Amino acid sequence: MSGVAATAGVAKPNPEGNGPKLKRVKQRLTSRGATAAAILIAVVWTIPTFGLFVNSFRPADDIRTSGWWNIFVNPQFSLENYGDVLFSGGASSANLGSYFINSIVVAIPSALFPIVLASMAAYAFAWIKFPGSNAVFVLVFALQIVPLQMALIPLLQIFSQVLGISGTFPAVWIAHTIFGLPLCIFLLHNFISEIPADVIEAARVDGANHTQMFFRIILPLSVPALASIGIFQFLWVWNDLLVALVFSGGTVDVAPLTQRLAELVGNFGRNTQLLPAGAFLALIVPLIVFFSLQRYFVRGLLAGSTKG
Amino acid sequence: MSMMMMPGMLAGAVPFAARGDFWGALWEKFGVFAIGLVAFIAVVGLVLFLADRAPKRGRDFLQLLAFVAPAMILLAVGLIYPAVRTTYLAFTNRTGEFIGIDNFVWMFTQPDIVTTLGNTLLWVALVPTISTVVGLAYAVFIDKSRGEKVLKSLVFMPMAISFVGAGIIWRFVYEYRATGFEQIGLLNQVLVWLGLEPQQFLINSPWNNLFLIIVMVWIQTGFAMVLLSAAIKGVPIERLEAARLDGANAWQQFTNVTIPEIRGSLVVVVTTITIATLKVFDIVRTMTGGNFDTSVIANEMYTQAFNRGEFGQGSALALVLFIMVLPIVIYNVRVMRKQKEIR
Repeated sequence: MSGVAATAGVAKPNPEGNGPKLKRVKQRLTSRGATAAAILIAVVWTIPTFGLFVNSFRPADDIRTSGWWNIFVNPQFSLENYGDVLFSGGASSANLGSYFINSIVVAIPSALFPIVLASMAAYAFAWIKFPGSNAVFVLVFALQIVPLQMALIPLLQIFSQVLGISGTFPAVWIAHTIFGLPLCIFLLHNFISEIPADVIEAARVDGANHTQMFFRIILPLSVPALASIGIFQFLWVWNDLLVALVFSGGTVDVAPLTQRLAELVGNFGRNTQLLPAGAFLALIVPLIVFFSLQRYFVRGLLAGSTKG
Repeated sequence: MSMMMMPGMLAGAVPFAARGDFWGALWEKFGVFAIGLVAFIAVVGLVLFLADRAPKRGRDFLQLLAFVAPAMILLAVGLIYPAVRTTYLAFTNRTGEFIGIDNFVWMFTQPDIVTTLGNTLLWVALVPTISTVVGLAYAVFIDKSRGEKVLKSLVFMPMAISFVGAGIIWRFVYEYRATGFEQIGLLNQVLVWLGLEPQQFLINSPWNNLFLIIVMVWIQTGFAMVLLSAAIKGVPIERLEAARLDGANAWQQFTNVTIPEIRGSLVVVVTTITIATLKVFDIVRTMTGGNFDTSVIANEMYTQAFNRGEFGQGSALALVLFIMVLPIVIYNVRVMRKQKEIR
């Protein structure tokens, strides 16, 4: 009983007579200015994307001649833009269907290859003892700080003069794989080296060699890390413009969506009506990933935010 | 790697896509896709299989090689060698002759390029500070409020989309029509509603730089907000309580308790955004192409090297970019490491 009284006594200075935690919540909820500012920021941040989305469903002539907000006065919707950018053929059309396919063909291997190679290397750095292991790992780690720009020119020369693959899918895959490796190795190493030594030891006592260990123990245990890093790498490739510009050759055979869209914006006046639907086509994949896999997405993004 | 052998098979015939044959091209592309995946899996599988069956003598070494060599070869050929070569190219002209520091003299004397360097500094001064301040304020405002998750998603969303997509979104916001015509860009429409003259936001220098910077701020604020929000939630309630009992108001609690507690995260956020800002390319490329005095180093590097064939000057710009990024990355990594140790 006296305990309760004592607690009440401590709480007394509090005008509402509530516990300190509740009071804190109240205090925040009642600071109207802060709430208003937050809502203002949220609205300002959302309107540009919302406007583009609305615009993509308006008839082509409307897009060219009036702002998207007119939809509230004069509601007219059409799916024509999407049909246009996706399927209409001919040299002058947006042809985004083909570029969408290119983006898929570019992004999936470009996410898969570095993850596989990096998980192998990360395992070796973490669990195979060899002289110089630490030094090599530090070198790989240090490579993260080299901006892409430092590698573009010589790598392009290797692709075009030595291998003769410039402007093909494999060129883009290899470029993305190389640029993704340092970060992927580093992040996967962080994860794989945290696997308890007992687990590794037990497998080794059972006679597992490195290959078996890798497939039976390391890979299954690393699935969450592989998913996060894989998603990050996939989105990075999907959203990339620079690597695509340099290595894809810029044709409808190989170039991804981002490159075609950048091209279309270059002649904004002529392509005004195509751009909202086109841009949304490129945004839809990251947005689906973002809203459905937000946890993995945030984790991967935060881990890889220094890439590039 | 085996993927490098395939283009040989692809060359030769006129590609379907170039002939406008969508379905033919689709088949062809997914053919390449499938061959690429199968070849990759086959090579990696074979390497690991051989390592598995390696002779007893030297097995450890062979297995080690199988795991490390593929990644290391790619990095050596595709990153280390190119970086060294770019450093060398920075001291050559377009025909490959060694010309000493001429490219750097050019960079700091050519008015266009000086503007480019100045713009980059403007970006670096504004983007990290504004993004961090707005992100932090937003994180504090919505902390523990109803609908916090939704409010977070709304501001974080731009982080998911490409810079190209962001460029298009904002191209529409900034679009200009002459006075008297109906505006299709929201910002100019707002000016008109307020009774002001519409502006060519992306053309009028030097203000156009600010409007490009806003796009980057729009993207990076979400990043700052998510990281700082997590940090704020880690501030011990007892400390805030103690400060409150000492008579500190909300603002004093924030500056005296919260800020010092999240200092480490603040440093990581600012440095990370700074690095991203130094390398910004796509936004400038899509929105102005670097015209109207809006170029930045990464964009100029691309223009010089790949549009004009000036590999020497492009390399010199890449090197300057590298030198600018270097100290920030090192600092960032050290802070991140320290934070990890504390945890």
